[in-house]
This record gives sequence, C-alpha cells and structure tokens, in this order.
Amino acid sequence: MHALPSHLKIVTVLLFIFVVVSTPITVWPAFIAFFTLVLATTIAAKVSIFTLFKRALIEIPFIFFAILMPFFGKGERFQLGPFNLYRDGLLAGGSIVAKGTLGVMIAVVLSTTTTAREILRGLERLKLPLLMVQIASFMLRYVNVISDEMERMKIARESRGFHATGIKHWKVIATSAAALFIRSYERGERVHLAMLSRGFTGELPHTESKKVELSSWLQALSLPFFALLISLIFRVIG
Amino acid sequence: MTTAPSLLIKDLAFAYPDGNQALFGVNLEIKKGERVALLGPNGAGKTTLVMHMNGIHPTMQGEVRIAGEIVDAKDKEGLKRIRSKVGIVFQDPDDQLFMPTVGEDIAFGPYNMGVRGAELDSVVDEALTQVGMLEFKDRAPHHLSFGQRRRVAVATVLAMKPEILVMDEPSSNLDPASRRELADVVRSLDVTIVMVTHDLPYALELCERSVILSGGVIVADADTKKILSDTKLLAANRLELPVGFSLS
Repeated sequence: MHALPSHLKIVTVLLFIFVVVSTPITVWPAFIAFFTLVLATTIAAKVSIFTLFKRALIEIPFIFFAILMPFFGKGERFQLGPFNLYRDGLLAGGSIVAKGTLGVMIAVVLSTTTTAREILRGLERLKLPLLMVQIASFMLRYVNVISDEMERMKIARESRGFHATGIKHWKVIATSAAALFIRSYERGERVHLAMLSRGFTGELPHTESKKVELSSWLQALSLPFFALLISLIFRVIG
Repeated sequence: MTTAPSLLIKDLAFAYPDGNQALFGVNLEIKKGERVALLGPNGAGKTTLVMHMNGIHPTMQGEVRIAGEIVDAKDKEGLKRIRSKVGIVFQDPDDQLFMPTVGEDIAFGPYNMGVRGAELDSVVDEALTQVGMLEFKDRAPHHLSFGQRRRVAVATVLAMKPEILVMDEPSSNLDPASRRELADVVRSLDVTIVMVTHDLPYALELCERSVILSGGVIVADADTKKILSDTKLLAANRLELPVGFSLS
C-alpha cells in the first residue's frame, strides 16, 4: 500500500468514495461491508486502527448538523427509545454520517500512507492544472515558515505585556494579521526574484514518471471493485 | 591569452522609479577566480549593484558585462544565459529554497537550463557534495538548521555552474561553527566570488581583495588587509572591526 504510486492511490480513493456515495442508504448491509473493507485496507496498509479513528475525528464538526437532522424535520415520525424522530431526517442524517465517515476514513488511510509531496506528485500525474499543483506545493513549503513567523510575532507581542482577552484586543490581532500578510507578500516577491535568478520561465521541473506495472493497477483498483460488487449485490438482494 | 574578466562594470548609474538615486557611476573589474569582498554601510547600494549583475534591475546607464557578455534586460535569451552564469545566494535561505525537498530545489536551476535525466541527478549530487549536504537530499528545507539551509542555498546556485558566485551576507545569523563550515566551503570552490558583507574578519579570511561601496560609488578598491588597516577609511564608511580584533 505504501509502495503504490500515489496517483493510483488517489484514483482508488476517489472511485471508492464515488461507489459509496452512489449506494442508497436503504441498503444498509452494504455499508457494513464497506466499513469492513475500509478496516481491511487499513490493516493491509499497516496503519493502526487507533490512528485511523483518531484522525477520523476531524470529521465531527462537519457531521454535527447531520446528527441533529432526525430531530428537526417534517413528515412521518416514530419512537426510538426515548427519542421521537423523523424518519426522513434519520435516513438523510444517517446517510450523511455513514458516507462521510467512510470517505474520511479512506482519505485518512491515503494521507497516512502517502506524504503530502507524493500526493502532489500524484495530482500532477493525474493532469490537474499545473498552476494549482504549484500553488499547493508552495503552500506546503511555506506554511511552516509563515506559522513560525506568526508565532514569533505572538511572542513579541506577549513579551511587551499584551494578552488577547476580549474584543477590544481584536484591533491588535488584526494589525498583526495585516503585517503578516504584507510580510508574506514581500517574501513571495523575494522568492520570485530568487526563482528568476535561477532562470525560471514559468514551469516547475517535473519529476520523471516511471511506468506503472499492471499488477499495481490491479492491486489498487481491487478496493473500488469490491466496493462496487458489494453495492450491486446488496442492491439486488435487498 | 587573456580571458575576459568575470565581471566588468563601467560607469553604472541607477535611480529607483521614485527618483531615489542609488548608484552614481560604479566602475569595477573582477578577474576570473578572484574572491572579492563588497563592503559598505547599510543603504550604500550594495544590493542594488548585485541586482544589476544578473539583470533583475535593468541597466539604465553604463554597462555590466559577465565574462565579456553584456547584461541586457531586454534580451530574454541573453538574460537566461547571464542568469546561468551569475549565481546569487540571497540572505534569507527560506527565500531561496522554495521546492519541497532539497534535491528538487537544487535541480530547479539546471532544469531551467535544459538539463534532464541522469545528467540532472549527477549535477544535483555534485553540488550537494560540494557543500557537504548530500545526505540531506530528500529532506524538506524546513527540517534543516539555518546553517544547513544556507549551505544548501549555496549548492542551488553551484548546480548552475556559475561563472561568478554572488553571496549576500553569507555569514549573517550563523553560529560560529556554521560560519567556519561555510568558509571551508567557499575556500574549496574554484569560482569567482563576490561577497557582500559587514563581517570584516570574514572578508579578511576569505577575500584577498576588498571594495568599499559608499553613497553609490566605489570609494576604495585594494588588498583586504590594506583596507582593513586604514582606520580612517573604515570610520568614514561606517565600517568597524570587532573590538579586540587584530589584523596580524
């Protein structure tokens, strides 16, 4: 899994998500099978299940409203334990949570087994517009530089007795943000100068791409293939 | 046989668009293989001068020649050649190292010059070996120490096999050991070097000749030791040796 070319992994993950999203929530056994498939992939990729769940927590703010959906809505209601729920809301909410969780989990497996750099290379091979890949790769390079700068500005503020406690301090924070923006902009100009000095003409070096073995394709595509199979089987029998 | 000087500047004058004149007729000749320190107070026009050496600032008056070839900002093809001959190492290595890994960054310049494949790999390895950073090839620049990043920045321009290497404040922000390591690297290089610096002992250590730029003109051009022993000249140009430093 770690060794697969990154663009294969990206295609695999996208296809898997596509299959999952296109499966109606009413064939719920399929989702249990999808979940098992994700866990199997995780184990095959030698990623710990704990890491998987911990990183998947990032999804919580996004599914928050989906969890509320069964409580607000209209139409048919039914009793589930102490709760009086809307059927449509429960289905829609459940669908978002289940599909969202599966998507996040498979993406976590991708991001854990692939460095950010590799993902960018993969996107480049998948013919994503070069400009977008370049912007993302500069972001990757400079996010640390700029966050360090931000941290130094914060320390410098605090060293002079500033503590942000309330709304009246927002002005200071806003000015710092503006200063940081201008500094980053100026850095951008210096970087561009450095690039020109080394003969930049608008195109970043490509990495030479190796030919991908058929077995790699088969290995990678087995995941969405099984997912599609599961989806179809349960739709037919369900 | 006489070879053309690496750098030849004749009567170079330059004013910024806001009317602020930075250079008032600079004349400078640097022969192949020389190491020259470019000294001068803040605001003397040192950076402006450096920006003329590879056509970032277009020449307004006078002329700049690199190994005999005139720098002309309008001639795009010529400029490309000039930029491969003049390697500028900027002060902040974070400005210079913009690619995700050290190896890719070194490859950036030669790639732009049309080097590809196995040749590109060997150029990258060679440049990294020259600065003793080969084992860091696949690392991300932000995982390196400042001194290491400075050395990688030097390698990024060495990979272009420059005729002349221009270093802007090479010793700034370095700890003493990194400073010495960089000096070892500089000494090992067989290339013409212009070093912009305020670090006078560093200039003495590495450059046989020094030039003082002040108020947009060259006010002194001589043997480094001779310049540094002229206390009046130094004082007039806001330059000072460290307290307790002895030239002998």
